[in-house]
Amino acid sequence: MLKQIIISGFGGQGGLAIGKNLAEAGMEQGFHVTWAPSYGPEMRGGTANCSVVISSRPVGSPVFARPTELIALNEPSLEKFEADVQPGGAVFVNSDVVTDRVRREDLSACYIPCAKIAEEVGNPKVGNMVMLGAYVAKTGFLRPETIEAMIAQMFTGPKAKFVPLNIEAFRRGMACGE
Amino acid sequence: MAKELWKGNEAIAEAAIRAGCDCFFGYPITPQSEVPEYMSSHLPKAGGVFVQSESEVAAINMVYGAAGAGMRAMTSSSSPGISLKQEGITYLAAAELPCVIVNVMRGGPGLGTIQPGQGDYFQATRGGGNGDYRTVVLAPSNVQETADFVQEAFDIADQYRSPVVVLADGLIGQMMEPIEWRPVPKRQLPAKDWAACGKKGRDHTNVINSLFLNPEECDALNQRLTVKYAEIEKNEVRWETALCQDAEVLITAYGTPARIALTALDLLREQGIRAGLFRPVTLWPFPEKALGEIAAEPHVKVILDVEMSSTGQMLDDVRLAVEGRKPIRYLGHAGGIMPTVEEMIEAAKTALKEAQ
Repeated sequence: MLKQIIISGFGGQGGLAIGKNLAEAGMEQGFHVTWAPSYGPEMRGGTANCSVVISSRPVGSPVFARPTELIALNEPSLEKFEADVQPGGAVFVNSDVVTDRVRREDLSACYIPCAKIAEEVGNPKVGNMVMLGAYVAKTGFLRPETIEAMIAQMFTGPKAKFVPLNIEAFRRGMACGE
Repeated sequence: MAKELWKGNEAIAEAAIRAGCDCFFGYPITPQSEVPEYMSSHLPKAGGVFVQSESEVAAINMVYGAAGAGMRAMTSSSSPGISLKQEGITYLAAAELPCVIVNVMRGGPGLGTIQPGQGDYFQATRGGGNGDYRTVVLAPSNVQETADFVQEAFDIADQYRSPVVVLADGLIGQMMEPIEWRPVPKRQLPAKDWAACGKKGRDHTNVINSLFLNPEECDALNQRLTVKYAEIEKNEVRWETALCQDAEVLITAYGTPARIALTALDLLREQGIRAGLFRPVTLWPFPEKALGEIAAEPHVKVILDVEMSSTGQMLDDVRLAVEGRKPIRYLGHAGGIMPTVEEMIEAAKTALKEAQ
């Protein structure tokens, strides 16, 4: 198995964090993983992206031209990377922010209203978990238990109260991706 | 041991702390700023000293002072900042002071770009400062090696009383990868009985110096250094190979391009092209003999050197090792652009076609 994922959005939208969560979950399940960020001036307000590789074999290049999946958190990201996605690949669109549709017909498109669902769950900050859930459900190679265990480890001590909220957001996202 | 996801720059800092780094002196510069950032919060907790200096020049001279007093000292920077440190590095080499210098290279020349580069190969391996000196140069290709090499670098420095450079690039510094904090081989290290850290009843005064006005004294230093460098060349040269046993096209690369080449090798082999990789792990001492031997094998038709440098820098060492026995082609990008897998495949095919 070889997954090459691009996660892209405005700096501050949490794209790099989604990528890190995917890489960590992949690692937990025994895959070889890498996470490589764009670290240019875009970190300060423009479009930031990261490249994640999750593979059953050791990872050579951590950067790639043709992603298997694209997670587009804003419109410029969809515009920039849609053409690069491998035929048969999947595009996850943050549909609260992105009004454009995926143009290519050889890709499977998932429109996830991350912010709307996050609001419904009770905290606008958990939109990332919604997107993560959609990705996990749609692609099927990461186990939901892995992610939920990770969420439990992410928030400890006084922050432990955020665990149920994040798990709820993750599960709602999964429902969108199924 | 459980694997942990670490960012290259943070692994550099953590590795130094685990290796017993006493003092870190640095100044922020992208793409290595997470090294001093991590050090500033973690090194004091581990009992060490962190100083954000007023400049790179100040930082390397603080390393000179701390190393002269017998401390395990380190600095890190990125290309333009490393240029500023060159005077200090040649003084450290002359005063025979052990220390670790990390360069997370970016594209140059000049202030260049903050994206990954490998244009400092000459500077690291030929000596960017004046005079006849060498520094051991370790070139990691992934985050695990980065963590291992930084730890080992302190021991190598102490063993030979010499500055050791860890030469990474912006991608290795910025990327995350699972690593294990595994024990690195420990060395028998000489006592630092030369350190200027108080006389403490000794019958002589230790002096740390790089000025030898008497030419005989300066010549004696150079002879001593020559013997030391020959010893390092004998003991410390390292390299790695992949799929070289039957390779027709032999890619030479270090650092990030070397790991990109691993992906290219797989795809080339799927297309029936026998490609292999020779990766120098120490850039000085360069694995000249090992590369020369592989290049001389009858199955090797052509060598393709790949670097993040416009003109090719390691290319000179590859040429010296190959001694004209096989044709050598070059694929390079500078200015912060990384060579892609697709480009490498194309270049390897073209090189092989031309050689046949």
